[in-house]
Amino acid sequence: MSVVTVDDLALRFGERSLFEDLSFALERGELLAVLGPNGTGKTSLIRILLGLLQPSAGRVVIEGCPPRERCHRIGYVPQQRVFDRDLALRGRDLVRLGLDGHRWGFGRLEDDARARVGSVLAEVGAAAYADAPVGRLSGGEQQRLRVAQALVADPVLILADEPLLSLDLAHQRDVVDLLDARRRSAGTPIVFVTHDVNPVLHTVDRVLYLAPGSWAIGTPDEVMTSTTLSGLYGTEIDVLRVRGRVVVVGTPDDQHVHHVENGH
Amino acid sequence: MFAQLLAQHFVHTALWAGAVVAIVSGAIGVFVVTRGMSFAVHAISELGFTGAAGALALGIDPVLGMFGGSLLVGVVLGFLSLRGRERDSAIGSVLAFGLGVGVLLLSLYHGYATEATNLLFGSIVGVSDTQLRNLVIVGAVVLAGLAMLYRPLLFSSVDPEIAAARGVPLRALSVAIFLLLALTTAEAIQVVGVLLVLTLVITPAAAAQRLTGRPALALVLSIAIALVSTEGGILLSLEKSWPTSFFISAISFGAYLAARIFDLWCGRQNRLSWSPPRRLWAVR
Repeated sequence: MSVVTVDDLALRFGERSLFEDLSFALERGELLAVLGPNGTGKTSLIRILLGLLQPSAGRVVIEGCPPRERCHRIGYVPQQRVFDRDLALRGRDLVRLGLDGHRWGFGRLEDDARARVGSVLAEVGAAAYADAPVGRLSGGEQQRLRVAQALVADPVLILADEPLLSLDLAHQRDVVDLLDARRRSAGTPIVFVTHDVNPVLHTVDRVLYLAPGSWAIGTPDEVMTSTTLSGLYGTEIDVLRVRGRVVVVGTPDDQHVHHVENGH
Repeated sequence: MFAQLLAQHFVHTALWAGAVVAIVSGAIGVFVVTRGMSFAVHAISELGFTGAAGALALGIDPVLGMFGGSLLVGVVLGFLSLRGRERDSAIGSVLAFGLGVGVLLLSLYHGYATEATNLLFGSIVGVSDTQLRNLVIVGAVVLAGLAMLYRPLLFSSVDPEIAAARGVPLRALSVAIFLLLALTTAEAIQVVGVLLVLTLVITPAAAAQRLTGRPALALVLSIAIALVSTEGGILLSLEKSWPTSFFISAISFGAYLAARIFDLWCGRQNRLSWSPPRRLWAVR
């Protein structure tokens, strides 16, 4: 049985339709990358999978239930947002919130919960700074802790929304490797939203490409081609392979991408 | 003279009232600071003043008016649950208008001007036994609320997106914290006055944050700093007849400065102890 089933999903805001008749299923251990330019509904799709946004049509089933009923078992890694420097919260506390932050009261940390937090911190290689205030850590360290927080409740599904944004290449690879290790060891499927396929290209199973008004799903070799993307955008798009990297030329936000890359 | 005053009943009442207000303010302050709600505290207290001025004009107990004004604003701000700049400008606009109304209401009231001064700058020594009892009841309600909401409140304060994904009801919590804050503010006004509420709700928590990274310890330290400031301020004002509010704000500000210096001094040592893993990554 598929872990996640998405049936005929549609999302419209007034007259504007982001996607129509979107259907796919996620199997155990599968990594799906969600690609596409800004404003095509990548983050909205994540919010629908979390049960935070009602789709205009269609439905999402996670392990046979509506998303809201499974929300405590979904690991969520959002876009990196830096913590306030003075926040009185250690990495250890941040991870623990992923375990029992939704429960009422102070709550005494039981021994097995404490051990669970400790082992996840070790798993992501964050044990050395687990007792430092999170606001004083680097962006890469904070993002490792967020991965640990997503893993601590033993999720049945991991949703990552641009988790690599504003990380340098080494930390990008670390985060991808950590999530990849989890799905290989525990079979947890991952939905990975990213504007750049290259950091996950070596490990991704399928790609969902959301273009303005249309979408395509398949293996990277099926979707990341000049023919498919030209069909999606309705204009001439070139997909080049340069030294193992995928380079897309001619999309509307192409200019922007070049600008960002020159900025580095 | 100091010993004589210390034996007086009204001084005991003041010390107890100060302790209650300090504990409640110090506790909620930690969440207020984490959620970046300092400006909202100021707005709630100034509109508590408007409520009290209205009550004076109507000839009823100003404390009731104060609770009314604070709660009304608290509920409105809680429901709006705005973030960032939008929230600041909304609060600023509401606050300015509320104060304007307060000035009008005060001009309609032809009683003693000391009532208004007491509201603005506090009058801890004027607390009656009945008022003390009410302070204890309201304080207990706030503490019970904070204890019950502790984990989801902490979660939604540090990481609203993930908390929402985990099923934490953000809006309901926002309304709840604003309500508890309105009750706390109306309490603190009676001790330090409208203009100095921040000295008990913000300063101790801001100092505590600089001293520790542990959320529970920050809570304890914040309460401790608020307690020392309030009780110390009351005792000092017995010795030297300057306003109590001045001493309270001076002690809590002193604690804040000391905490910042402590943080600066520790910063280097901490950085040394955390740097090895970071350097290893860079090499790899």
